[in-house]
Amino acid sequence: MTQFLELRNARREYDTPEGGKVAALDGINLDVGPNEFVTLLGPSGCGKTTLLRAISGFEQLDDGKMMLDGVDIRNQPAHKRPVNTVFQSYALFSHMSVARNVGYALEVAGVAKADRKARVDATLAKVGLADMGSRKPSQLSGGQRQRVALARAIIAQPKLLLLDEPLSALDRNLRQQMQLELKSLQDDLGIAFIFVTHDQEEALTMSDRIVVMQKGRIEQIGTPREIYRKPRNRFVAEFVGETNLFDVTFADIQNGVATAKTAQGMQLLVQAEGIVSGQTATVILRPSDFRFGGTGKTLSGTVTREVYLGSDLHYLVLPDAGGEEIKVSARDDAGSPEVGAQVTLSYDPAVVHILESR
Amino acid sequence: MARSVRQSWILTALLAPVTIYLGIFFLGPLLIIAVFSLLEPGLYGGVVWNFYHWNYGRVFGWADGFIEVYEPIYLIILGRSLMFAVFTVFAALVLCYPTAFWVSRLPERWRMFFLFLITLPFFTSLIVRLYAWLLILKPSGLINQVLLGAGIVNTPLDILYTPFAVVLGMVYVMIPFMFLPVFAAVDNLDMALVEASSDLGASRIQTFFKVVLPQTFAGIVGGAVIVFIPSVGNFVVPDVLGGAKGLMVGNLVEQQFLSARNWPFGSALSMIIMAVVLSVLLVFLRRSRTAGVTP
Repeated sequence: MTQFLELRNARREYDTPEGGKVAALDGINLDVGPNEFVTLLGPSGCGKTTLLRAISGFEQLDDGKMMLDGVDIRNQPAHKRPVNTVFQSYALFSHMSVARNVGYALEVAGVAKADRKARVDATLAKVGLADMGSRKPSQLSGGQRQRVALARAIIAQPKLLLLDEPLSALDRNLRQQMQLELKSLQDDLGIAFIFVTHDQEEALTMSDRIVVMQKGRIEQIGTPREIYRKPRNRFVAEFVGETNLFDVTFADIQNGVATAKTAQGMQLLVQAEGIVSGQTATVILRPSDFRFGGTGKTLSGTVTREVYLGSDLHYLVLPDAGGEEIKVSARDDAGSPEVGAQVTLSYDPAVVHILESR
Repeated sequence: MARSVRQSWILTALLAPVTIYLGIFFLGPLLIIAVFSLLEPGLYGGVVWNFYHWNYGRVFGWADGFIEVYEPIYLIILGRSLMFAVFTVFAALVLCYPTAFWVSRLPERWRMFFLFLITLPFFTSLIVRLYAWLLILKPSGLINQVLLGAGIVNTPLDILYTPFAVVLGMVYVMIPFMFLPVFAAVDNLDMALVEASSDLGASRIQTFFKVVLPQTFAGIVGGAVIVFIPSVGNFVVPDVLGGAKGLMVGNLVEQQFLSARNWPFGSALSMIIMAVVLSVLLVFLRRSRTAGVTP
């Protein structure tokens, strides 16, 4: 992959009120390709916004390297960087018309008025606000303001667009629509997007790659499928999607299949590649990996709870062997069991994922 | 429907006291002044109920030259008062605007402390505070003592009883009135807008003129209006610090009512001040609205 944005050992520390130091960015290494949609995902306080602000130039790195398209931008002031931002609050200039907001980057760069108007009109059309130029931001709906913020950030053709939780203020339907539009806009513009969110569903929907962060560190970088199916550790597994975690000890390796036993004695079958007998690890299975009934590799247990979610039902199943309840999701159809029913759960040993670390 | 009727009754009941109060003690006297300004002054004070436009003629130049004489000095003093008021507004603004930024960026506790300091002068009588300035500015006062002692000047500077002393005193009196609206606007400024401007390539200076100033302009207009109006008619500050050279139109009105006992002429001067202030404000507000900077 061509490196376009390159961060090496980026560090940023804050002073705590107690006089200590806390690392908001604790040695970040990240490469972003020239046409990539990368999402920074993590709980609040994980450093994702600090990282975004460091790239836009509003935060200075204490240490490390930051290159954009072969240029060292670490010490460039924000207004000189070929990077634009869509702010969480949109940060539209309320005293200017929509058109002047959108044309602001060109205005301050000294682009001639006629030229500016043509580009403003084209950009407004691109985000679907062709006739809104003369309005004030206060006369627009939330979704329209979002589009103005987007138009304003892309008009100067930045090399990199940063988006700081831009969809968090929108209602669910509009948010899902904007997710798709953002993705197609990115394909259309052919520039890199770095998108910050704490919403894992949003991250999975839009990203080429997801960067999962916690406490100023990157926990894992990967495609949405890698992040979901092959999380590296407990944090990623729990943060992205619903999951069942089992702390197990491996034993009894036969024909490429190992038996994994929990402390309570519940047994799971796992593909044995790279596993030694006696080794301990954490394995995960997603709720959708289980089927009720069926043959193959099974567990037995009792349904303790049922949560109706529309298209899906979520169940908690207490394994007969004991231990934590297992989350299972299933289609809402005639075959779904009742609370209290004795059930068998089947799964494919190939999908049981072993975490690299706990 | 019933609800809105009840609400309008409540609204009426809430607004009635202040309406009646202002009606009796503000609009009533204003009407009396307007009528008096067109009446003949009595020989020993008071008014004679004759229509008499020479009160205005004395100021604007159509006096008959016998009983009432046109004196350009009145217009000059009016012009000077306007100029002093404009100086006061600008000086107070220049002092308050950066300070407001500084205070608004302080931690909460310190902000409260400095806001308290700003309002502290209200706890002491204006006259006492102005006499303190008199002591500081007079030839044997603090400033001259320091300058003489340091050998910077050989003879005491004439600061007291100059226009400078008047503007200095007025700025001092008016600073809280400028600071509070400006501070409110500055404090409300969304720093994300400043970042957005910078993100879009604007330099600090561009950001200031294109975003910060327009976004805080409502506070500047508010502060300017609140400072300008009482500054034009102020008579206490020029009385204490201005001397004869610092006479302002407010002193003129005061003299007509209290010394010359020419109430109609004092009333006419009051009406002129009011008309001038109102027209200046109208032009100012209209221009700032067409410039699209007030919300």
